[in-house]
Amino acid sequence: MTTQDRLTISRESKLDDAGYKWGFSTDVEMELAPKGLSPDIVRLISEKKDEPDWMLEWRLKAFEYWSKLQREDAEPRWAKLRYPDIDYQDIYYYAAPKSFDDAPKSLDEVDPEMLETFDKLGIPLHERERLAGVAVDAVFDSVSVATTYADQLEERGIIFCSFTEAVQNHPELVQKYLGSVVPYTDNFFAALNSAVFSDGSFAYVPPGVRCPIELMTYFRINTEGSGQFERTLIVADEGAYVSYLEGCTAPIRRTSQLHAAVVELVALDRGEIKYSTIQNWYPGTKDGQGGVYNFVTKRGITERDAKISWTQVETGSAITWKYPSVILRGDNSVGEFYSVALANNYQQADTGTKMIHIGKNTKSTIVSKGISAGHGENTYRGGVKILPGAENATNHTQCDSLLVGDQCGAHTVPYIEVRNPTARLEHEASTSKVSDEQLFYLMSRGISEEDAHHMIITGWSRNVIKELPFEFALEAGQLLKVSLEGAVG
Amino acid sequence: MLKIENLHATVTDSDEVILKGIDLEVSPGEVHAIMGPNGSGKSTLANVLMGKPSYTVSEGDITVDGESIVEMMPDERAHLGLFLAMQYPSEVPGVRPWQFLKAAKDAIDDANGQKKTSVRQFSKLFDEKVEEIGINLDLIKRSLNEGFSGGEKKRNEMLQMQVLDPRIAIMDETDSGLDIDALQAVADGVNKMRSPERSFVIVTHYQRLLHFVHPDIVHVLVDGKIVETGDASLAEKVEQNGYRDYLAAQRNGK
Ligand SMILES: Nc1ncnc2c1ncn2[C@@H]1O[C@H](COP(=O)(O)OP(=O)(O)OP(=O)(O)O)[C@@H](O)[C@H]1O
Ligand SMILES: [Mg+2]
Repeated sequence: MTTQDRLTISRESKLDDAGYKWGFSTDVEMELAPKGLSPDIVRLISEKKDEPDWMLEWRLKAFEYWSKLQREDAEPRWAKLRYPDIDYQDIYYYAAPKSFDDAPKSLDEVDPEMLETFDKLGIPLHERERLAGVAVDAVFDSVSVATTYADQLEERGIIFCSFTEAVQNHPELVQKYLGSVVPYTDNFFAALNSAVFSDGSFAYVPPGVRCPIELMTYFRINTEGSGQFERTLIVADEGAYVSYLEGCTAPIRRTSQLHAAVVELVALDRGEIKYSTIQNWYPGTKDGQGGVYNFVTKRGITERDAKISWTQVETGSAITWKYPSVILRGDNSVGEFYSVALANNYQQADTGTKMIHIGKNTKSTIVSKGISAGHGENTYRGGVKILPGAENATNHTQCDSLLVGDQCGAHTVPYIEVRNPTARLEHEASTSKVSDEQLFYLMSRGISEEDAHHMIITGWSRNVIKELPFEFALEAGQLLKVSLEGAVG
Repeated sequence: MLKIENLHATVTDSDEVILKGIDLEVSPGEVHAIMGPNGSGKSTLANVLMGKPSYTVSEGDITVDGESIVEMMPDERAHLGLFLAMQYPSEVPGVRPWQFLKAAKDAIDDANGQKKTSVRQFSKLFDEKVEEIGINLDLIKRSLNEGFSGGEKKRNEMLQMQVLDPRIAIMDETDSGLDIDALQAVADGVNKMRSPERSFVIVTHYQRLLHFVHPDIVHVLVDGKIVETGDASLAEKVEQNGYRDYLAAQRNGK
C-alpha cells in the first residue's frame, strides 16, 4: 500500500483573468494519492471505493493495455492540436474531499464550502433551492457530492446515482454495459480512463419509462495538478426515454489540467437518449497559459428503432479532442449530432462525430458550427460510414465555420465511407465571416458592437442551440457571449 | 436640428471621393426629399449620416443640435435619435425580428436613461405595428430579412422605424419595389409620425411617394453635390425632365 499525502488546497492569488467567472477555487481538505500512475495506484483507487474484484481486474487490464500503448508511444497525434507532451507521472490520479473518508449520507455531512461552490456555479443542491425539474449529480474533483431527486426517480424504477454507488448497488447492470460501447482497448485516453476513473454518473431507465425530469451531472475540477477521469454510463431500456445534461467548469490555474472522460450510451429497442453538454472547462489565459486538456471519448449505440441525439456547446478547455459518435446497429435507428464549438484566444478544438450505419434504414444528422476567434483553431473532423448491410441509410451533414478576426483558423475534415449503393448522403459546408454590413445594420439600430457580434453569432448557432433544453439554451447563449469577450470590439 | 456643412466623404478602402461638398440643414418638423440619378451618392450620404465605417468623412461636419456626430459610432447616433431605413437591409440568420427590435429599443432607452419596456408592453406595440404595416405574420417567425422579398424587407424597415420612434428618420428608397398597398402603408406611417419635433430625409426616385408625403424641401443631388434645392414642385420638374440638363451642365462645367 502506498502512503497518502494529505494537504489542504488553499485559495491562491487570482490570476489575471477576469473573463472566466467560474475561476474561483475552493478551500476543502483533500485526500490525494501520490502523483503518478502504477498498478498500486489503480489498486488504491479501487480499494478506496471498496470495489468488487471484477472491477479491479478490469481496471488493471485497462492499465496494462494503456502502459503498452504508452511504451509504443501510441498517444493519438492525428488531430490538428498542438500541445506540449503530457507527463503522465506528474498528475494526481485520485483526489477526494477528505470529509468523504466515510462517504456522506446526507447533504448535512457535505463540506459547506463545497455546497457553496455549487451554489456559486448556479447549481444549488439544498432541498429548498435545487433546480426545478432537474435531478443533479454533483461531482467535485473525482467524487460525486450529492444527487438530488433520487427518491422520486426511484419510484419509477429509474436509477440515477454516482458511478461508485452503481458499482456497489447495481453491479449486474454495470458489468453488463461497462465497456460495451467503448471498450478499454478503444484508444489511448479511453484506456487511461478505464484504469483510473474515479467517479461519474450512472443512469438506467427501465422499459417503457419516460424519465419525467432532466438528469444532470455537474463536473467540477478543483485540485491543482489533478486529472479528472470520470465515467458516465446511461442505459435507456426498451421504449425508455431520458434527457441528460452535462455541465463542467474548473478554477483558473496556471498549469494545465488533464481531463479524460468516457461516456457510453446504450439505447435499446425504441429507447431514446438525448445527451446535452455545455463544456466550459477553464480555457487558459488570453495568451494561452494553463487551461484544461480535454480528451473525451463519447459514443452511443442504438438498437432497433432507437435514437441517440448528442448536442454540445463547447466553449471551454485549452484543447478539445472529442467526437461524440453513434453506432447505428438496429434497423430504423437514428443518430444526431449538433455542435457549436468555439475557439478563442489560443484555444484549439478538434471535434466532430462518427456515424456508423450498420442497420437498415438508419438515419443520421450532423450539424456542426465552428466559431474561431483570436488565435483560435477549430477543426471539424467527422466520419460517416455506411456498412454493406445498411440498406437505405441516409446522412445529412451541415458543417459551417465562422471566423471572427483574421488570425484564427477553421478546418473541415470529413471522412466518408460508403459500402452500400442505396445510401443517400448530403454534405453542405460553408465558411463565413461576421459581415460588416450585418454589424452596421444592427449597430445602426442602437445595438453596441459587442452585442451586435454576439447576436449575429448566436443567431448563426441557433440551429444547434435550439436543440438544448430551455434553461441550458439560455446559459449557452450567455456563455458564447462571455467566451467571445475581447475577441470583438 | 441636423446640419451638414461642406461634407466630403470617401470610400474608406480606396480613398475614392463620393461626396464632394454637401450643405444641408434640416429643421425640426421638416420633410426633405433627395432625388438624383443612379450613382450620384444618395445612399452614400444616408450611410455617412448613420456612420457606416466603410466611408470616411474627409472634410466638413455633421452636427445634431450643434454637436458634431462625425466621430460617433452608428449605435451612438441611434441613441441620439437617428434612424436609417436602408436601401438594401442585411439578412441576419437565426435572429428573430422581435428579439432584434427589442434589443435595439432597450439599448436606445438605456442610453437615454429610460426604463426598459416590459416584454408585454413591447409585444403589444410590436403586434400593433405589424398589423398596421401589413407584415405577413410568417415573416416575423423567420430570421431577420432572410428570404424576405424586396418589398417585405422595406416593410420590415418601416416596422423598425415606427417602433424605435427616431427624431431624425432617413429613408433610402423605401418606396422602391413596393406594391400600391405597401406604398400607402409607408406613406400613412410617415404622415402619422410627422410632428413638429421630428424630421425626415427621404431619398426617392419617384414622385409617387411624394404625392402622399408632401415634402417641405426637395434637393437634387448630382455627382456628390446638391445642384438644386426647391419646394415640392421641383420633384415634379425632375420627374418630367429627368436629370439630362443637370448632367449636361455638369459635363460642360468640367
Ligand atoms: N463602398 C464603395 N466602394 C466603392 N464605390 C462605392 C462604394 N459605395 C459607393 N460607391 C460608389 O459611389 C457612387 C455613389 O453610390 P451610391 O450608392 O451612393 O449611389 P445612389 O445615389 O444611392 O444610387 P442609386 O440611385 O442607384 O441607389 C457610385 O458610383 C458607387 O459605385
Ligand atoms: Mg442608393
